Amino acid sequence: MSPARAGRRAVIAGVATSDYPHLPGMSEHAVHAEAAGRALADAGLEYGDVDGFATAGFFPMYAVGVAEYLGLHPTYFDETHAGGASFEVLVEHAAYAVEAGIAEVVLVTYGSVQLSQMGRRLGTGGGGRGGMAPGPAIYDALWGNTLVGSYALAARRHMHEYKTTPEQLASVAVTMRDHAAHNPQAQYRDAITVDDVLSSRLVADPLHKLDCCVISDGGGACVVTTAERAADLRKPAVHILGGAHATTHHMNLSADADLTVSPAAQSGPLAFERAGITPAEVDVAQLYDSFTITVVLTVEDLGFCAKGEGGAFVEDGGLGLGGRLPTNTDGGGLSACHPGMRGMFLIVEAVRQLRGEAGETQVPGARLAVAHGTGGMLSTGATLVLGKEAP
Amino acid sequence: MSASKASKTPQAPQARPGDMRPLAEVPGERPPKPRPAPVPDPEAAQYWAAMGEGRLLVQGCTRCGNRQLYPRQHCLTCRGPVEWVEASGRGTVYSYTVIRQNHQRPFRDWIPYVVALVDLEEGPRIMTNVVGCDPEDVYVGMTVEATRFDVLSDEAGIALFEPVPGFEHRG
Repeated sequence: MSPARAGRRAVIAGVATSDYPHLPGMSEHAVHAEAAGRALADAGLEYGDVDGFATAGFFPMYAVGVAEYLGLHPTYFDETHAGGASFEVLVEHAAYAVEAGIAEVVLVTYGSVQLSQMGRRLGTGGGGRGGMAPGPAIYDALWGNTLVGSYALAARRHMHEYKTTPEQLASVAVTMRDHAAHNPQAQYRDAITVDDVLSSRLVADPLHKLDCCVISDGGGACVVTTAERAADLRKPAVHILGGAHATTHHMNLSADADLTVSPAAQSGPLAFERAGITPAEVDVAQLYDSFTITVVLTVEDLGFCAKGEGGAFVEDGGLGLGGRLPTNTDGGGLSACHPGMRGMFLIVEAVRQLRGEAGETQVPGARLAVAHGTGGMLSTGATLVLGKEAP
Repeated sequence: MSASKASKTPQAPQARPGDMRPLAEVPGERPPKPRPAPVPDPEAAQYWAAMGEGRLLVQGCTRCGNRQLYPRQHCLTCRGPVEWVEASGRGTVYSYTVIRQNHQRPFRDWIPYVVALVDLEEGPRIMTNVVGCDPEDVYVGMTVEATRFDVLSDEAGIALFEPVPGFEHRG
C-alpha cells in the first residue's frame, strides 16, 4: 500500500481459523486465543514478536480486553468497529501502521461463540436489543424490522429495479454449498438446488431461510508485518496491495439513499486504485455473504459487472470454480461458518488461495484476490486487494 | 410459545388482515405487549408529539428548502437551520418486506406483517408498517397514506400507513 515509508511494504505472514462451527466448550476469548496461536504458528512467530493488536467486538475497550486475555501489551491497538467488515478495516489499518513504522508485527483476531450463547435468533429479533441502539437508531426500531428484513428490503428493491429473480438470488446459496462440500469443517455440506432454496420457508420476503447465512461459533486470526520481516518466516508472504472502506448509514435504512447500492461502490474503486489493478484482473474473491442479495450487490458495486447485472452474473455457477468469478471457496457464510462478523474468514481464505493452500477448491494459479466485508445493514463496506507477488 | 405457533393462533374477530394491533389474549398466553415507545431526543420532541396528535411532520431547511427526516439539528444538504413542516401523509412504497419470523414481542404476535420504506410526497423517506390490507397486496410503488397514528406514550406516537382507498391490486 502507499504511501509507504521507504522499503516497508505490508504483508500477511500468517493466517488461521479456530475450530468451527460449534464450540460449546469454549469461551469467546478462548476462540481468539486458539486462532491467534495458530496464526502465529503459521507465520513462524511467537507472542513475544507481537507489538500491535487489533480486534472488534461488542463491548467498549474490547481490543484492550482481548489483549489482556492473550497476555499482550501492545503499543499499537485498534478496535474500529464496522460490523462484519471490521477485519478488512483492521487489516488495512494494520498495513498502514507497519508501513509507517509504528508497528512491526500486528496480530488481528476474531472470536465468537454466538451459536452456543444465543442460538439461532440473531437475525430475527433474538439479539437482545432488537436493533435498538442509543440515539437515532430509534427511528427505524419501532416497526418490527429484523436484520433479515433489512436485507430483504434491499433485495425487493433490487428485484423491482433490475428484474433480479429469486432464482438468481438462490443460485448464490447453491454455489456456496457446492464449495462447502469440499470443506470438512463447513456447517452444512449436503448439496442443495435452487428449488431447495425457494422451497425453504420465507423469513422476510423475498428472502428464504436458505438465502440467509448460517449462525456459528468460530474465529480467525492473521498476522500483518512487513515484507522484509516476512522474508525469512515459514510461509510465503501475501502482499496487501490496497484497501479502502466506506459507510452510508448505521441502523436506519431510511437514511440510505439507494438500497440497491452498497458501500462497496465507494470502497471498491478506491481499493483497486490504491492497488493499481482493475476488477477484471482478480482471480478469486471472498465476498461477505450474509445473505444472497449481499453478494449480488457486491459483485456489481466492486465492478465485476454493471449495476443491475448481478443476478445474471451469479447464476448458472457464475461464482463457482471455473465460473466468472470463483467466490467464497470455503463455502462462505451461507454454508461454512458465520459467527456474526465473518470478515476475518474472508481474509484467511483469500490468503490460502494465493498461497495455493485451498485444497479441492483451489483456483489454479490465483495471483490476485479480493476480500470484501459488508457490515451492519449494508451499512459498511471494506475492500482488501491481496496479491501473491509484490506490487 | 414459538413464532410458528403464534402465526397459527386464531385471530380475534375484530382483527383485520394485516392489522398491526396485538391479537386478543389467548388463554394461558402472556397478555399482549405494546409496541415499544421511544424516548425522544430533544430535537425530535415535536416530531414524536405531533404523531401522538395524528399529524406527521418533516423538517424543512429555512435556507435551501431541503426537506428531511429523521429530525436533526441541521439541514443535511447545506447545514442550515431547520423548521417543522406539516406533511401531507401521502407517499409511495420504496421497498417492503413481509416479516414472517421475529422472536421479539410484540412483533412476534403480529406475524406476518409488512415493514416498508415509504417516500413521502415531501421527499423524506421513513420506515413504517403498511397495515389495513393483506401483506401480499403491498408492492413497490404503491401509493399509501398515513391514516393511523398510534399513541405510544404521553410524548410520542407513530404513523402507520394504509393503501389509499381503491388501490390497484397487483397479482
